[in-house]
Amino acid sequence: MTDRSLVQIAFYAALIAALGLLPQFAIPFLAGVPITAQTLGVMLAGVMLGPVRGALAVLLFLFLVAVGAPLLAGGRGGLWVFASPSVGFLIGWPLGAFAAGLIMRATRRFKVLPSAALAALVGGIGVVYLFGIPGISIMTGLALTEAAIGSAIYLPGDLIKVAITAVVAETVARGLPQALLSRA
Amino acid sequence: MIGRQMTGSSWLHRLPAPVKLLLLVAGGAMIFPVTDRSLLLVCLAAVLSLYASLRVEGLRQLLYLRPLLWLLVFFLGLHGLAGTWETGLSAVLRLLVMVLAANLVSVTTRMDDMINAIRPVFAPLRWIGLSPQKPALAISLVIRFAPVLLFVYGSLSDAYRARTGRATNWRLIAPLALQAVRMSENVAEALSARGGSRGLARCGKDTPQTGRALRLSTNEKG
Repeated sequence: MTDRSLVQIAFYAALIAALGLLPQFAIPFLAGVPITAQTLGVMLAGVMLGPVRGALAVLLFLFLVAVGAPLLAGGRGGLWVFASPSVGFLIGWPLGAFAAGLIMRATRRFKVLPSAALAALVGGIGVVYLFGIPGISIMTGLALTEAAIGSAIYLPGDLIKVAITAVVAETVARGLPQALLSRA
Repeated sequence: MIGRQMTGSSWLHRLPAPVKLLLLVAGGAMIFPVTDRSLLLVCLAAVLSLYASLRVEGLRQLLYLRPLLWLLVFFLGLHGLAGTWETGLSAVLRLLVMVLAANLVSVTTRMDDMINAIRPVFAPLRWIGLSPQKPALAISLVIRFAPVLLFVYGSLSDAYRARTGRATNWRLIAPLALQAVRMSENVAEALSARGGSRGLARCGKDTPQTGRALRLSTNEKG
């Protein structure tokens, strides 16, 4: 791995951390459900860095959380988050970033906006929920359908993040085309 | 960027980090299949008494886990709706025990010790020709630059408010990502100008050199 890749991975891990610590975004029609930008960072890592580096950036971030850095949204951190019901989502993050990166690469002939939207949707929601919902089910003893219903409150927020990811990827691709490493 | 570790020198602080981690993993594996509620209550009492052995400071740590309590109540509610609240109660008790135990290890172990304890996990990197020093460099980069990116976002947000009179907006994430990419280019160049991560590794096992190189590179950015 080159030093350049290492620095890029570290910067996206830092971006995921920074996005989680931002004040929560006020999204009008979702009163009551906290929306943080952290999973936006996960989607961006896959979409921008490509599968391997994107997944490594997320893993690096999760490693720091595990050793106790309070970087998860709401200032959470430490080993306990991996014993909490949301552990499946955390496992899904690097795999989702990987999938998003793969999709960006596979659809490189498309325009950035639709391609990034598809990548974020499949990777950042599909794959993440694929691990997150069984995770809730295993940790809390709820049936899969109930776990899925319980997770559904986050779906509107995550859809908004897919849209933001697509717009951000498009903007970055215009301003700094070489930064879209998933297609380089 | 500091963790929520408790300062102090209690018996739990003095216990070596690898021992604590192994005990935690073993305990987690043992309690995972347990469904008997009275046994789980005993475990919960045991973990709580471990917190109590750290006195008031230790018990105060429990307050930080309040957000989790609401989540557990929510899951218990879902169980209630499904008519399986007895399974739900054991699941919630088990979660409480595991979360409290994991948190106890985290708050009584310094981050450096934790990283050192986990370092053997990185040893296999050598087999595929990667230096185990690289994760260490990556970790220090994240810890250094997460606050920098927050600061950048703060400036973007201030400028946006000055322009529009409105509060922060998600649109600012695009320039934030652009700035992060540019900054990472500069840091990568600064790193290779100083001999790359290999060169830093040669300076010694520890990372003060890394820290200095990175400080220099941020200063240059001004």
